[in-house]
Amino acid sequence: MNNSTTLNIVRFISLVLIQVIIFNKILLLGYINPYPYIIFILLFPIKNQPWVFLILSFLLGLTLDLFGNSGGSHAAACLLIAYLRPFILENCFGLNYIHQNLKLNNAPFKQLTIYVVLMALIHHLTLFSLEVFQLKYINFILSQTLFSGIFSIATILLSLSLFKKGN
Amino acid sequence: MQQILNFLIRYRNTLLFIVLSCIAIGLTIQSHSYHKSKFISSTNFFTGGLFSITRNIDNYFNLKAYNNRLLIENTRLKNTLYQKGIDTTDISKFTLDSTNTIQYHYKPALVINNDYHKTNNFITLNKGSKDSIATDMGVITDLGIIGIVQKASTNYSRVISILNKNSRINAKLKKTEHFGSLVWNTKSPNVVQLIDIPRLAPLKIGDTIVTGGRSTIFPKGILIGTIKDFQLDSNESYYTVNIELFNDMTNIGFVNVIENKNALEIKALEKQTNE
Repeated sequence: MNNSTTLNIVRFISLVLIQVIIFNKILLLGYINPYPYIIFILLFPIKNQPWVFLILSFLLGLTLDLFGNSGGSHAAACLLIAYLRPFILENCFGLNYIHQNLKLNNAPFKQLTIYVVLMALIHHLTLFSLEVFQLKYINFILSQTLFSGIFSIATILLSLSLFKKGN
Repeated sequence: MQQILNFLIRYRNTLLFIVLSCIAIGLTIQSHSYHKSKFISSTNFFTGGLFSITRNIDNYFNLKAYNNRLLIENTRLKNTLYQKGIDTTDISKFTLDSTNTIQYHYKPALVINNDYHKTNNFITLNKGSKDSIATDMGVITDLGIIGIVQKASTNYSRVISILNKNSRINAKLKKTEHFGSLVWNTKSPNVVQLIDIPRLAPLKIGDTIVTGGRSTIFPKGILIGTIKDFQLDSNESYYTVNIELFNDMTNIGFVNVIENKNALEIKALEKQTNE
């Protein structure tokens, strides 16, 4: 437990720093940014208290809002995927999740990908809708979600496989 | 009572989710209004400090370009002074007299964070109220306008970039006195729109657009950009003009913040006449 707490604190801080210093400045083609900081939410230990998880996700989003001057849009997006995570996990991993013996580190690649794609797309759609906040710019929201989403999913899957613990 | 407690305990996570969502959405709504978006901002100690550190590293890569720009601006200023008949051989003779009646006062600052890919973009400067920077001061570079200071903390300040949906700046044609408002349609970071230019205005592609000087923020005649193209709006009574900015908004380093010494007086007077 203690070990896992330290790991999560380190993960929180380093993901925020990496996101703010490196990934917020990529701007491929002028506007496409990956948001791999949601790895924190994706990999948060399943057995923990749900309310701790919700509050931590909210704080993670709020920290990014501070850096990005975006009001509360990151916070809302992170909170939403944190709240939806149990349902998505159940749908993606089925019995493994219900029997509480799921380990995301060595989950089957296909199921893991579906999980990451769902979470990232929900997060991005909420984020960009709140950031723009006008129906007039719906094309902008959708294209941002799609392109940044693809970029984020690729970054997340890559870093997950890079930091995968050896069996 | 027992039932209410049971309900609360049973749905505590959903309730927590709803409460936190309300906070987040409240903050988001606030951030979309020009005057209220001050809660969550990058002017605090942590974000400002981190931006300063990364900016210090970044700066080394841009030093050459900044130096060149400064040299060009200096040369132009010296030439202008010389044409006005002022001797420029001994700069130290010019002392700033803070008691005299100069209306506008320029202050240097460094951009430590610059967004241009969102619909509401902000810029963070490394100077704050400690260097007497305050809300509603204009921000420019040698090439043209950048935005308006929206919030100043002790050491940092946040600027509403002209690349922001909420930004509305008074601007006019350089040749004539036709006024309009400068807005941004979020499409390209180097093109802004000038709306409400009357149909009678003589527009030509390549004409220069400058600030109008009708507010207390910018002096009259600060450069903005050139006309790229224009068309009549749906009512056929006003032009919407696309303006190519002189500034490269994706690459700004050192800026000047303009303080209007008479701003308070003008505002007090306007308030009086309104009442």
